[in-house]
Amino acid sequence: MSGVAFAYSRAADVADAVARGGAPGAAFVAGGTDLLQLWKAGRATPTELIDVYGLGLDGIGVDGDELSIGATARLSDVARHPFVVDQHPLIAEAVLASASGQIRNMATVGGNLLQRTRCPYFRTAGMACNKHRPGSGCGALDGEDRHAALFGAGSSCVATHPSDLAVALVALDATVEVSGARGVRRVGLSELYRLPGERPDVDTTLAAGELITRVLVPRAASIGRLATYVKVRDRASFEFALLSVAAVIRIDAGTIVHARLVCGGVAPAPWRLPAGEALLIGQKPERGVFTVAAAAAVEGAPPLPGNSFKVELLRRALVRTLTTIATGS
Amino acid sequence: MTAPQAHSNEPTNDHDVTVGYSLSINGGTHPVQDAWIGESLLYVLRERLGLPGAKNACEQGECGSCSVVLDGTLVCSCLVLAADAVGSEIATIEGLSADGGLTDVQQAFLDAGAVQCGFCTTGLVMSVHDMLDTTPAPTDLERREAISGNLCRCTGYGRIFEAIDLVVTRRSGSPAGAS
Ligand SMILES: Cc1cc2nc3c(=O)[nH]c(=O)nc-3n(C[C@H](O)[C@H](O)[C@H](O)COP(=O)(O)OP(=O)(O)OC[C@H]3O[C@@H](n4cnc5c(N)ncnc54)[C@H](O)[C@@H]3O)c2cc1C
Ligand code: SF4
Repeated sequence: MSGVAFAYSRAADVADAVARGGAPGAAFVAGGTDLLQLWKAGRATPTELIDVYGLGLDGIGVDGDELSIGATARLSDVARHPFVVDQHPLIAEAVLASASGQIRNMATVGGNLLQRTRCPYFRTAGMACNKHRPGSGCGALDGEDRHAALFGAGSSCVATHPSDLAVALVALDATVEVSGARGVRRVGLSELYRLPGERPDVDTTLAAGELITRVLVPRAASIGRLATYVKVRDRASFEFALLSVAAVIRIDAGTIVHARLVCGGVAPAPWRLPAGEALLIGQKPERGVFTVAAAAAVEGAPPLPGNSFKVELLRRALVRTLTTIATGS
Repeated sequence: MTAPQAHSNEPTNDHDVTVGYSLSINGGTHPVQDAWIGESLLYVLRERLGLPGAKNACEQGECGSCSVVLDGTLVCSCLVLAADAVGSEIATIEGLSADGGLTDVQQAFLDAGAVQCGFCTTGLVMSVHDMLDTTPAPTDLERREAISGNLCRCTGYGRIFEAIDLVVTRRSGSPAGAS
């Protein structure tokens, strides 16, 4: 067996998990599909695993004006839950475009949001990678950069965030509920992630030992609301996104009154495109409008030599996503 | 349900410590002695319990060769800690057929010539059974999605789809068919 030795225990309850989760070397494990991959590759070296899978945080239901999805809900259960399918099919679409049936049966929502980049340098033992060890260099910047970010990267790290679900959730203005030593707090999903800057090894704004307990999604203002998820990848199934787009628009009396354009696979976090959103508001849902908005959305994206194709690909994916939802096909 | 033996899942900082526990596999109880907590279910099945049907290929959840059913859902056993499967019902390909013969899916793989090197075959058989348990008349897209987590680098999948066709046809013709 590969990987460094660790101790393993099941958390008794949330308080127990939070009390022990902040210790040096401690890590929560839920489905294990990302953490154990990294551990086998020698790129995660936990000394103590605290299993949170059995904490009963897997409920999916309606809480006031929000859809509540428990952090340990499995992706396969999320994708087929009637509340999700009825109220936010965008979430089911993004989840079903993720991984394989086997993995979705194991992977949890919390783990999906906190999965680490697929940058091959990060995931391969012995490779230079500032995200693995700050100061060791960035293999991607000096080498293979096809998968690299268009937005939000820095000189230390150009990795992208691989989650499909997170892209859909940001487009739906979701928040996460977090339990930690200082109690319970809520964080907008966009604020959960941080840019690499000087600390490319730190992906999120969570404090050590903070546990995600659930995701909350405002319930759809259903009238006139349209959304879809488009994922572009190297093969049609079971592949991470080359890039993806989640778009949500609301149309009132023939005019777009609300717009969210969020893309995945192109930044260290799900990336909103406010310039494109602004050009949709007050307009009719027509292809000409979408083309203008998409061009503005990708303007100024500074590509690296190997990933410049992604700028045009993203522009086209935006037009396709918006056209798909406007025409319902 | 099998109870873990003494001290099995207790937290410890002693990394040399080994644990003993029992796994419930194909309806039987299988004791595991002196295992390290980091051993995957795949490893324990193959190396400790003599159940080599689940194959060890990528060890990263990417190929599906190690597919087993855990509490009714298909998973990659390489990404499950064996100690975490204590208390779960595990079904492997060794237990698919009650009488030790071939299931209808296995027979169809043979009849269609859907096997070349054979490394992916047991995982694919598990996936096809899993799909047909919930979806007896799968559409083409459902078939493709259901086996997309199982990589086969020999057949190009054509014969595998023929095998699925065969099972679906045979089952609809003879509802009392094997498996
Ligand atoms: C072969 C393969 C293909 C994949 N393809 C895709 C894909 O196409 N799209 C996609 O989006 N994803 C994909 N994934 C990623 C997969 O979705 C994630 O690995 C999975 O969702 C992680 O969930 P988990 O429960 O297994 O997390 P774990 O591996 O258990 O944990 C992951 C991380 O999250 C932390 N964590 C887990 N739960 C919590 C919590 N409640 N609070 C705080 N921290 C927590 C852990 O400490 C760890 O750091 C793929 C994975 C594999 C193996
Ligand atoms: S892009 Fe980031 S994750 Fe990839 S090698 Fe560079 S520092 Fe590491």
